[in-house]
Amino acid sequence: MTTTSLPPTAPPAATPQRSLRRPRRNGRPRRDWRGWAFVAPFMVVFALMIIAPVVYAIYLSLFRQQLIGGNAFVGLANYAAVLTDAKFWESFGRVSLFLVVQVPIMLALSLVAALAIDSARLHGAGFFRIALFLPYAVPGVVAALIWGFIYGDQFGLTAGINQALGTQLAPLSGQWILGSIGNIVTWEFMGYNMLIFYAALRVIPGELYEAAEIDGAGAFRTVFSIKLPAVRGAIVIATIFSIIGSFQLFNEPNLLKQLAPNAISSYFTPNMYAYNLSFAGQQFNYAATVAIVMWVVTAVIAYVVQLRGSRKEVR
Amino acid sequence: MTALTERRKAPSRAAARSNRAARAAAPVSGRRTRKSTVLTIVMIVFTLYSFVPLVWLLVNATKSQPDLYSSFGLWFGKDFNLFQNIAELFTYRDGIFLQWLGNTLLYVVVGAGGATLLATVAGYGMAKFNFPGKRAVFAVVLGAIAVPGTALAVPTFLMFSQVGLTNTPWAVILPSLISPFGFYLIWTYASEAIPTELLEAARMDGAGEFRTFFTISLRLLAPGVVTVALFAIVATWNNYFLPLIMLSDPTWYPLTVGLSQWSAQATGVGAQPIFNLVITGSLITIVPIVAAFLVLQRYWQSGLAAGSVKQ
Repeated sequence: MTTTSLPPTAPPAATPQRSLRRPRRNGRPRRDWRGWAFVAPFMVVFALMIIAPVVYAIYLSLFRQQLIGGNAFVGLANYAAVLTDAKFWESFGRVSLFLVVQVPIMLALSLVAALAIDSARLHGAGFFRIALFLPYAVPGVVAALIWGFIYGDQFGLTAGINQALGTQLAPLSGQWILGSIGNIVTWEFMGYNMLIFYAALRVIPGELYEAAEIDGAGAFRTVFSIKLPAVRGAIVIATIFSIIGSFQLFNEPNLLKQLAPNAISSYFTPNMYAYNLSFAGQQFNYAATVAIVMWVVTAVIAYVVQLRGSRKEVR
Repeated sequence: MTALTERRKAPSRAAARSNRAARAAAPVSGRRTRKSTVLTIVMIVFTLYSFVPLVWLLVNATKSQPDLYSSFGLWFGKDFNLFQNIAELFTYRDGIFLQWLGNTLLYVVVGAGGATLLATVAGYGMAKFNFPGKRAVFAVVLGAIAVPGTALAVPTFLMFSQVGLTNTPWAVILPSLISPFGFYLIWTYASEAIPTELLEAARMDGAGEFRTFFTISLRLLAPGVVTVALFAIVATWNNYFLPLIMLSDPTWYPLTVGLSQWSAQATGVGAQPIFNLVITGSLITIVPIVAAFLVLQRYWQSGLAAGSVKQ
């Protein structure tokens, strides 16, 4: 039913589709080419900057630079190599673990914050809304630098805390590094996701609350029976964006690598692997293959999440 | 209690007004606007989490290099060195930081500006016209959202190096020109905000489509456009991966890549730690973008609420 035929971003899709139909009902614009004058510039740049690189990456992934004979067509051999590459799987497993742990924690915190701000039971709700959002404006690079300093044992906060309390915290050790990165990402995007949830909460019609009140529903009942179902679409969207973000993980580990060279390898995440393959190893064909594989994995998972998310909605 | 919560509490003197204000702020549970202290404390914890790193940055930007090592992270050092740090920041290596700031501004103005323009015009076209191939445009752009931006970066780099675009500003600007998010936001926003009858009336008066767009529609789209512009500015201002791979000449670096290189020079052979400059530079980097969000918050919050998440 509400399973829109196209994968991610279900809610924005819903409105456009309605608008696709609306003109005809009004007996409005005849179908003609005028609209292209507006859409064409975007689509030209889109074709050059998005479609062309994808096509080029697919083309690259089918070739291999041979020592003898130059560039040779190898069919799917690069894909076979990636899928049996222990380094690739190690990096993939790491971001998957990251995804499974960090994304639910971050989204739960965002949701709690959004519900609190929306509850009208808060002193200074407007202040909290903007305060929590601010880290989103901080560049990922700067966020990683700041947290890197904080984690550091030279002049970081961690060093100070260890000194004062006699603890042995080591956020940059191999054991803790993934959690430390998760903390940075949570810090950066919690407020952004909170805002997505908050915007969805705001459009719940007031009559629903009035009805709930008449039925004698308490605050928690209202949250679970009205608010959470109403923001399901937003949760699906935020989950999809977070999945894409997790699989793309690069900035934070790449910057922390300077501080923790032993804990972060050159294939810590698939993206770092692809990057180091191209720019340290000149293995462009193989790097393109890794990128395509990650794209397919991301698209499939995003699609599954979207399907599951909207199926529950039907219930 | 912070000054801000104090100010928010002030209207409670006029109970009726506070009630109305609370309901306007969040259309929730009619009369029940009894404030919860527990909830407020929870949110203060959230806020501390968000603020501690920023406070750390602010405090440490005032320290000299030796003070960084010798003083506690969340309190000031012996000397107040902020202004010396800023002066050194802008003169270090012949003022390359200023060059990076200029580059960042260039990428933001052309890249984010172009992205906003393209997304606005195209989103409007999608919302208000019916044309052959519209469904195909919809499907293609939607499918592309799942493409991880960084997955594109390596192929884009190879493509650009074939045509000699790498290591030029274009290598950073051109890929920033596409904002699928902006395209959607304006599309949904325009569907709601621009009455079709208004366009009909303009057409009756003989106004051309582009004239109608620039004189009538654009004004109605303003909150949506501000939102798209702001998020495009953040995306280009914070861009790191793309310039990192595209640029090898430091004179074209944006702030993000420059700062990470400075931070990297603290380790390895011939290490020259300039942490005080990295920290002060980080502070200078985030000030404009944070200021933009704070100043424009009325616009982007309404734009975001009305456009993107409406279901």
